[in-house]
Amino acid sequence: MSDMLAGLYQQVILDHARARHGEGDLPDADAEHFERNPTCGDEITVRIALEPGTDRIRTLQWEGAGCSISMASASVLSDLAPGRTLPELADLTDAFRTMMRSRGTGEPDETVLEDAVAFHGVSKFVMRVKCGMLAWVAAEAAAGLITAR
Amino acid sequence: MTTTPARGRTRATDRQGDLLTDDDVLAIRADFPILQQEVNGFPLAYLDSGATAERPRQVLDAERRFLETDNAAVHRGAHTLAAAATEAYEDARATVARFVGATSPSEIVWTANATDALNLVAYGMVNASRGRGGVAAERFAFGPGDEIVVTEAEHHANLVPWQELAATTGATLRWIPTDDDGCWSAEDAATVIGPRTRVVAFAHVSNVTGMIAPVAEVVALAHAVGALVVLDACQSAPHRPLDLHALDVDFAAFSGHKMLGPNGIGVLFGRQDLLDALPPFRTGGSMITTVTMERSEFMPAPERFEAGTQPVSQAVALAEAVRYLEGIGMERVRLHAEGLAERLVAGLHAIPGVRVVGPPAGVARSALASFDVEGVHAHDVSQFLDAQGIAVRSGHHCAQPLHRRLGLVATSRASTSVFTTEEDVERFLTAVGAVRSYFGAAALPPVAAGASGSKSGGVAVVADGGAR
Repeated sequence: MSDMLAGLYQQVILDHARARHGEGDLPDADAEHFERNPTCGDEITVRIALEPGTDRIRTLQWEGAGCSISMASASVLSDLAPGRTLPELADLTDAFRTMMRSRGTGEPDETVLEDAVAFHGVSKFVMRVKCGMLAWVAAEAAAGLITAR
Repeated sequence: MTTTPARGRTRATDRQGDLLTDDDVLAIRADFPILQQEVNGFPLAYLDSGATAERPRQVLDAERRFLETDNAAVHRGAHTLAAAATEAYEDARATVARFVGATSPSEIVWTANATDALNLVAYGMVNASRGRGGVAAERFAFGPGDEIVVTEAEHHANLVPWQELAATTGATLRWIPTDDDGCWSAEDAATVIGPRTRVVAFAHVSNVTGMIAPVAEVVALAHAVGALVVLDACQSAPHRPLDLHALDVDFAAFSGHKMLGPNGIGVLFGRQDLLDALPPFRTGGSMITTVTMERSEFMPAPERFEAGTQPVSQAVALAEAVRYLEGIGMERVRLHAEGLAERLVAGLHAIPGVRVVGPPAGVARSALASFDVEGVHAHDVSQFLDAQGIAVRSGHHCAQPLHRRLGLVATSRASTSVFTTEEDVERFLTAVGAVRSYFGAAALPPVAAGASGSKSGGVAVVADGGAR
């Protein structure tokens, strides 16, 4: 049991699920998006604020309720997003999505994904992939709102 | 049926009132091939029969035997197999009719599942409201001022079709509120059912709380104002004796796959005079008498509701599932389900940080227990249990309004069947006891000695207030 569970619940994930980074409101956000996983009821609102006059992310904050995978994933995202431009976040999201759809195959590039590589094990649990993607999908939509302006 | 009775079933009918012994349950368990496996290195403890129950070899064999010897389209064609298949299909209907106390097999309509059965009634009423079915269907016509009554605890399958009926006809949907544990009483029902009530729809046994509804009292309230009663029997048909005429309900729905039978088949029971007057929901082949290019005449019930090619092997297998349950004895099945539920509730109450929803300890509930582990999401709970070969459901169990009322996004649910052993339940309880420490949930505030059996202790994860 412990091997199987440890593959899913990496210590990084358990730590982020407990001590969540980036959780809370962001009153001066440039965009926000609400996302819900109808199968389990997990929900999240992701807010993005840019450095003034640029497309570089200053802060990514989120509020939501869900399982440890979805909450930890949001927490890691809020660590990784600041300092990246919106296109750079899109590239990171693509890499994350590819890893999450890998069904546990391949070797994720830690230099690109940093702490998010901890979610590689989640990709083996098809029922949990959507949990891991929830915050990222919300961030993608929020970024899309800004880009569309 | 020609197969040898299963071990453990041979003596069963002599002892209708006795509890199933451990040996009885082990003998029953041996009939279920799927339970003879390890999952993640542990013997499978399948505690998700409330979602779908597993099927005994007798049911699997009956379906295969039919398909290998008699399969053909029914009620059409004159060849030998068509006749044999039609006979098997109608025999199955008679078996289910007897099982639920129907007066005649024609009070039993085969549907795709229970959701389909409930939609059949609600959309039959939509059609009646549009004038279909003539004078005979006027009692099913709804309009502004009419009220449809459900409960706040309903499965979406017994809520959304009624929302649609209300939205389509201008009728008003009202609901019997639940208390903080998700329960409701006949007194609560009496505050909502009134002179404008035309239909009352509720679950016999809640799929989330296991609460057993006060059917007789609600039927009396409904019939006193001339309202029809629709009973969702999905969680009662597998676990307790059903006599739908004795309960005096007007319609009832249940599904095959929750009662040891196949997917793809459900049952609508309806009082004969009502079924013969309700306009059909789906139309097409097999349900007509005369068809011209302009119009068609419909058959009486049950055929008028069974348009299209029928689920014949599923009906045959469902009848075998009924015989399997009858072989054990439904009173013994009921005692087993209630006994396991009692143990589940007592065991969960004893675990710090666990909140059990539904009737308090000491009040009968059927077959299942849903719970929240403070600080740990239901998905993580079920994942943790799955790693030990224990299968439970997590989520809102198709009852979002009830979970909102409980102040929870999701719960975990352990649900039992005739093959569930005491050992399954004890393994489950031991595993739940280890959940909070694994996920590092925050320490609980000190609890007064002896309070572990009390029924509160949970904390709301999310509450957005109000009834829906």
